[in-house]
Amino acid sequence: MNAPEAQRITLKFDALTPAPGAMEVPVGVMLPRTYWQTVGVRLARDPYTAACAFILLAIAGAAVLAPWLGLPDPAATNAAQRLLPVGSSGHLLGTDELGRDMLSRLIHGGRLSLTMGVLPVAVALAIGGTLGLVAGFIGGRTNMLVMRLTDVLYAFPSILLAVAIAGSLGAGVGNALLAITIVFIPPITRVTESVTTQVRAMDFVEAARASGAGAFRIIRTHILGNVMGPVFVYATVLVSVSILISAGLSFIGLGASPPTAEWGLMLNTLRESIFLAPLNAVLPGFMIFITSMCFNLISDGLRSAMDVRL
Amino acid sequence: MNTREISTGHPAPLLSVRGLRKYFPVKSERFFAPRLMVQAVDDVSFSIEAGETLGIVGESGCGKSTTARLLMRLIAPDAGEVDFAGRPVLTEDGLSLRDLRRNMQMVFQDSYASLNPRLAVQDSIAFGPRAHGVPGPKATAKARELLSLVGLDPDQFGRRYPHELSGGQRQRVNVARALALDPRLVILDEAVSALDKSIEAQVLNLLMDLKARLQLTYLFISHDLNVVQYISDHVLVMYLGKAVEVGSVEDIYHRPRHPYTQALLASRPTMDPEVKLERSPLTGDPPNPINPPPGCRFRTRCAFAEDVCGRVEPALTSCGATGHAVACHMHIPDSSHSRRQ
Repeated sequence: MNAPEAQRITLKFDALTPAPGAMEVPVGVMLPRTYWQTVGVRLARDPYTAACAFILLAIAGAAVLAPWLGLPDPAATNAAQRLLPVGSSGHLLGTDELGRDMLSRLIHGGRLSLTMGVLPVAVALAIGGTLGLVAGFIGGRTNMLVMRLTDVLYAFPSILLAVAIAGSLGAGVGNALLAITIVFIPPITRVTESVTTQVRAMDFVEAARASGAGAFRIIRTHILGNVMGPVFVYATVLVSVSILISAGLSFIGLGASPPTAEWGLMLNTLRESIFLAPLNAVLPGFMIFITSMCFNLISDGLRSAMDVRL
Repeated sequence: MNTREISTGHPAPLLSVRGLRKYFPVKSERFFAPRLMVQAVDDVSFSIEAGETLGIVGESGCGKSTTARLLMRLIAPDAGEVDFAGRPVLTEDGLSLRDLRRNMQMVFQDSYASLNPRLAVQDSIAFGPRAHGVPGPKATAKARELLSLVGLDPDQFGRRYPHELSGGQRQRVNVARALALDPRLVILDEAVSALDKSIEAQVLNLLMDLKARLQLTYLFISHDLNVVQYISDHVLVMYLGKAVEVGSVEDIYHRPRHPYTQALLASRPTMDPEVKLERSPLTGDPPNPINPPPGCRFRTRCAFAEDVCGRVEPALTSCGATGHAVACHMHIPDSSHSRRQ
């Protein structure tokens, strides 16, 4: 029936050699970590990402703990001490055009600015991510419908759309948050959909279908883990965009309103003093710059740390 | 290990396929252009007895893989009936898709792409049983058992990720994954083609060993004639979506009837360096499957083509030994071919 017995090559199960170097490590030590643990270790070894994470944590920590840091009241004005230069005694980073302590306002401002950066992205991630996952996995007409609908929103430049939505809803932090969330849903849907479509076409998803598993189980076990990475990286970039848009909305009067401390708003009100105290006027912009750059660099670090094949 | 009995006496074939057909629509360039179809698999019939290995050979694009995916119902056939163990598949009172997939599993060619890069291999293997309701720890235990069955130490390899394994090791994992549901039929779609020759031999031997131990039946798809000869009991030769010849390994390799089979076999390099191929036994590419030539599809490259070959499509006709059938006018008794035998 089968080929002659003489052709058979002796089969030795034990003859398989593991990857070089693997033998020397005791089994207990090399028990591999889960995927996310591996990513964590790789992230921690990346100096830029670690530095950025440290800076962000410092800013966020200070913002969260602001009321307990013994800072001067960020809303207390002092007409006699307007626009004190950076380094004045009692006001480390000077004061603004109404004599409010800059350091206190920058730290307190982080609370709102960081919220405005993270919250819309998180909500948009939940909504857009689900839409994209469903559209990408089901494909066909469903995909067409979802993607063409998001294309309608996608056609407008993001800032313009945010301004239009916030403008029609009226000024205020809540409306600004809503506007930015709506702006971010289409791009997140699009990215999730394209990654899902790619992953779905891979052999291991085919193999999972061949094992008779249901769609939900396949999505949970095989699709989600492979889609989450790239989408998460993209979302990190959006956080910095979100901070910039919300600062922009506050700047044109559609976001936070005075006397709330918020970086975009501070930039706006200090704008008129830029020739009198340029350094003070630039400080909120500097905070926006540092924060969004940190998010961007962390996103880069995540991207390379998550590529386990490197 | 596995006590599944193979019915003897009057065996219905384990898998019986009749008139399997799949045409893929091609995107037309103009909007109102007539819809073009690639005739990927056209009216293919065959059967596999329990415990044997059927090899399918043919050039790239002849429909081998499409046949495999049709059988697994990863794509839906346009026509054709499939019986598994005597029961019709996906009919009213027949075998459900879930049952079919528990009994029939597949190993893919690309060992890397067919494993989830984010999942430890033992979790990949355990996925199938878990989807069929086996509780997690039990499924993992089963996965580790299967790993040792395919020659990988579960302690050493179970928690590794696909990129931490070599090609041969990954393909062993894929074999283990295919076996996780205790299937009766395993489709091996170019399962060893991407491996080094030495590893290929190891995996082939493993496959034959597993077949004997677990009483498996194989559908072995490959373009490698030597490998198919080594592993198969019966062989099906495909050309442009059609079955052109089917028979036992002996018949196909020693008494090939179809000019295409003869040309394929002649194109094999020999182990003897003194024997040199004087000229290529087969020239040109297969014609476009979108517009296959009428009549015999092979006639455009066939040295014996005559008028009748262009007019009438030769049916698969049994000839000589039992089970040996060929679709060629030269072997159809009442055809008007001058070389009719």
